[in-house]
Amino acid sequence: MKDWRYRLAEQRGTLLALAIFLFMFVVYVSKHPAGFTANVVQTAANKGVLLALVAMGQTMVVLSAGIDLSAGMIFIFTNCLGSYIIAGSTPMALLGVVGVLLAGLVCGALNGLIVIYGRLQPIVTTIATGSIYYGVALWLRPQPGNSDNFNSDIADFMTGRLPGGIPVSLVALFVVVLVVWLPFRRSAIGRAVYATGSSEVAAYMSGVPIARAKFWAYTLSGLLSAIGGLYLTFITYSGDASFASGGTYTLYSIAAVVLGGVSLFGGVGSAVGAIFGALAFRTIGDLLFVFDLDPLWQPLFQGVVLLLAVCVGAARLFQIRNRLDLFA
Amino acid sequence: MTIRLPAPLRRVDPAVATAFACIVLLLLLGSLYSREFLSPAYLLQQLKVASFLGVIATGMMVVILLGQIDLSVPWVVAVGGMMACAATAHGLWGTILAIPFGLLCGIVLGLVNGFGVAYLRIPSMIITLAVNAVAQGLMVAYTGGFSPQDSASHAMRFIATGDIVFGLPNALIVWALLGAGTVFMFTRTSFGRAIYAIGNRERAAYLSGINTQRVVMIAFAISGGLSAFAGELLAGYASKAAQAMGDAYLLPSIAAVVLGGTSILGGRGSYIGTIAGVILITLLQSILSVMQMEEFGRQVIYGFVIIGMLLLYGRERRLR
Amino acid sequence: MDVATPLFRMEAVSKRYGGVRALEEAELTVHAGRVHAVLGENGAGKSTLIKVMAGVVAPDKGRMTLEGREVVFPDPASAIAAGVVCIFQELSLIPDLSVADNIVISNPPKRFGLIDRRAQRRIAEQALARAGGEDIHPLAPVKDLPLSRRQIVEIAKALARDPRILILDEATSALTAADVTRVFAVLKRLRSEGLALLYISHRMHEIAELADECTVFRNGRNVATYLAGSKTDNEVVEMMIGREYSHVFPPKSPAKLSDKPPVLEVRKLSWGHRLRDISLTARAGEVVGLGGLDGQGQRELLLALFGVLMGVSGEILIDGKPTQVKSPRVAKSRKIGMALIPEDRKTEGLMLPMAVKANLSFAAMDRLCHWGVIDREAERKAVEDMIRLLAIRTDGLDVPVGSLSGGNQQKVVIAKWLMVSPRIILLNDPTRGIDVGTKQEIYQLLRKLAESGAAIIFYSTDYDELIGCCNRVLVLYDGTVKRTLVEDEITERALVASALNIATDQGEAGISPAANA
Repeated sequence: MKDWRYRLAEQRGTLLALAIFLFMFVVYVSKHPAGFTANVVQTAANKGVLLALVAMGQTMVVLSAGIDLSAGMIFIFTNCLGSYIIAGSTPMALLGVVGVLLAGLVCGALNGLIVIYGRLQPIVTTIATGSIYYGVALWLRPQPGNSDNFNSDIADFMTGRLPGGIPVSLVALFVVVLVVWLPFRRSAIGRAVYATGSSEVAAYMSGVPIARAKFWAYTLSGLLSAIGGLYLTFITYSGDASFASGGTYTLYSIAAVVLGGVSLFGGVGSAVGAIFGALAFRTIGDLLFVFDLDPLWQPLFQGVVLLLAVCVGAARLFQIRNRLDLFA
Repeated sequence: MTIRLPAPLRRVDPAVATAFACIVLLLLLGSLYSREFLSPAYLLQQLKVASFLGVIATGMMVVILLGQIDLSVPWVVAVGGMMACAATAHGLWGTILAIPFGLLCGIVLGLVNGFGVAYLRIPSMIITLAVNAVAQGLMVAYTGGFSPQDSASHAMRFIATGDIVFGLPNALIVWALLGAGTVFMFTRTSFGRAIYAIGNRERAAYLSGINTQRVVMIAFAISGGLSAFAGELLAGYASKAAQAMGDAYLLPSIAAVVLGGTSILGGRGSYIGTIAGVILITLLQSILSVMQMEEFGRQVIYGFVIIGMLLLYGRERRLR
Repeated sequence: MDVATPLFRMEAVSKRYGGVRALEEAELTVHAGRVHAVLGENGAGKSTLIKVMAGVVAPDKGRMTLEGREVVFPDPASAIAAGVVCIFQELSLIPDLSVADNIVISNPPKRFGLIDRRAQRRIAEQALARAGGEDIHPLAPVKDLPLSRRQIVEIAKALARDPRILILDEATSALTAADVTRVFAVLKRLRSEGLALLYISHRMHEIAELADECTVFRNGRNVATYLAGSKTDNEVVEMMIGREYSHVFPPKSPAKLSDKPPVLEVRKLSWGHRLRDISLTARAGEVVGLGGLDGQGQRELLLALFGVLMGVSGEILIDGKPTQVKSPRVAKSRKIGMALIPEDRKTEGLMLPMAVKANLSFAAMDRLCHWGVIDREAERKAVEDMIRLLAIRTDGLDVPVGSLSGGNQQKVVIAKWLMVSPRIILLNDPTRGIDVGTKQEIYQLLRKLAESGAAIIFYSTDYDELIGCCNRVLVLYDGTVKRTLVEDEITERALVASALNIATDQGEAGISPAANA
């Protein structure tokens, strides 16, 4: 049987992203003055997990052939919200965590409802809602800061290390994959999201619940961005309504999704691929540091690597022998 | 009984009509707050400010009509402004060539976008993002991360802030000329037809014997050039270029095009709508700031207005 | 169940799209265990009828009953749940999902709330076997399958839903003759299992072979219902078009063509393993047919001539001179003067939302321009001439071409290419899905073009068309020209035999469904 070949083909994008990430990470660690130590891994993990979570959220929507340009703003908004309500005693702070996640769900659901029932294009819808979420974040935190009784215990735990040196943030990311992504991937609604993204008309004709699929794609996207925002709060102990940071995370999440082998046209890819895409993208930025180059060159380096990475996707053009395939 | 409207009015897109109605509504609302809102001086000032967005939105519209998007606007704007200012610092020839040089830089970046989209078939959302990152990297490396000290040339300042006839701002005249040229391009040239055709169905356009890849590449070059040109105007307006000078123009330019009735999926839309969208967004921003609305409130209202207006007329057809 | 009680009834159903009446007081009665054929020209209301039954379109008025109980289908999902399953003409498969995913798409088997992949695999394999597609791997992505295999998957998907009424809308249009035979065997078995089948097709011989009863639709109404076999083909066609049905094909020109110089000559054209050593000539005034089963390289040959394919080897001579055709733009240039009427008018021929005028003048744009600026007067005149010449029915030059009927859209595609005054016209199955009336107009037009000196290369999946229109037919098989039939040799028997790559004398029996007609 050639089952395994089909299964492999399905995961090609994810495996490629994994390979890119491993390559970069090995270069990074081997050049790092401190080498492969728990500290290096922990710092890298904490930074990488932020983008990985937002990219996972972006994947959900991109799979349904939509786009969430508000992902970074939900990230920022939940970060600011978290800096207020993750406070007091640990039970209270945990309640705050739940509150943050709920806020993310609501933001995502709002995006979904407008796209589905308002019948507006995702690009413009999420540009507009992103503006709203950012406004609310700014209202919460006109200046960066946190609440007086911010509960840093949870934060320290979530960004710390388990015995054996495994970063908690990576474990948390793994748990999110296990609890959110895998069930989604295997559920009827997940399949409906793939179907809708691949061909909305065919999905409709086949009786696929399109509206429900899109709704869950956007809502889960909001949730995952909120987990990202939560982690930002854990790492920085504070909320910062930074417009630039929100925009950057939105755009980088798209880049990560593409690096992770998820098709922007919908229906193809996996959130696991997007995670590796995100980690790889983060490592690009850090590579410069270990090569001891002037930090001024970092944005250019990151840009050029991104440009080259997306151009690699053009390699398939060499296989095209019918020019009509260009316009599929 | 049906009333025969004159031909140009009969075919007015409801989206465009709504956008203009909203402009009037905004002005009326504003005038309740202050009589100033209806004064010619205020309106001219708004149109002048709108010209910068208008120039960028023109390029954005060309690209959106193709069914693509240009996310490299922020740093191409900055490249235009910074490179023109940098050229000014190089003596007489530098001053003379400042505007063409900035423009050229924008066109080159646009060509990279266009090459990626047309020939390498990379989704525009991602290649323009990458080019934006590269442009940012170039400028950060060039300026050392600080605002450059070079100031804008006299010509740039004159175009951006001066007025030459009847007190009309030069920037507005530039936008008007550009707009007239764009309308001509869309309606009267084969290039314009090709843009609409590709936006509708690139496959069919290619099989009709159109060099679609070249059209797409040129369209992105136009967008890049216009973004850079707007950067020069903005630098002229502020006398010099700044690091994040283009950041505030990406989303408004997309919003302006879409509010003007152009389909984000491409192939449908008119320039008059984009004009309406640009004025609408500029007025909205201005009125909110005149009312001394705090930044957070502006952002929230801004978002709600875009969604509200699109719900009025920007909805897609139902599947059944 | 009592045989007399109909399984499904549709009573006085009407549906309008804007000002257009698609269905007007339509009636239809379907019995279990029978195949009911629905006939009618395009635009007669057949597809709307199906869409109403399948819950894709909501009717304006009327009622539907299933076993005597009134039913309402607000969406396809509820129709499927009631056992009314449709196989649509435009495939409803999801390209990026696997065959198995697609087969169970509307109701995947679940365990603990998640999809049970093993059960899904089992269901898919069973359904594929029932539909005659044992060779299709359940894990293969649908987008990698050829069209005919997809159609089998589509049928398997319908069967996996345990339908009581199965609607097939032009379900065989993409199938090869061998596949059609297999599908028919499946359908006949389903009928004996007690399913009701509603069968929509343009192919008379298929209906003759399969149907128990037939209903003819015209202008949104059912005009006649009769037992299969009780009317002659001519009578049926008359009912469909509502007028006398006289000689279908215009007479071929009697003039001798072989002494005219060839306009187009192709020598040893190859492209990968899809086209192998194809040589052909086309003279001015000649209609050269491409025959054979669907998917034997005919489409690729036309695309290769038109400069769409890369890596084509061999020689193309225009007027005897070797010529490189690197793109459609070069192909349509004055020097070569080639035009291609593509296969799919909606995605390859037209920009549906754009105006009729813009569509018509698009290919000839460079001839209507001075320095890139459109000469609007010249454009309007040229467009109006074309609309008159082809009798295109439209509400003006500025309405979107998508608002025209299918036949008129196809005329626009042809007219758009006539505007470049081509000398070599390539046609890729131009009459697929077109009503009988428009087909006739297209045949007349082809003849007229040939008589005015154009060389025409005409691929058709309909053997009658090749027989009626062509001076010569090249029969393709697996990317090579197997046989060339000239004038009187072009018969259905010869076409079928050479399409199947068997000698003319032996066994056409039982292989082609056409043989039964």
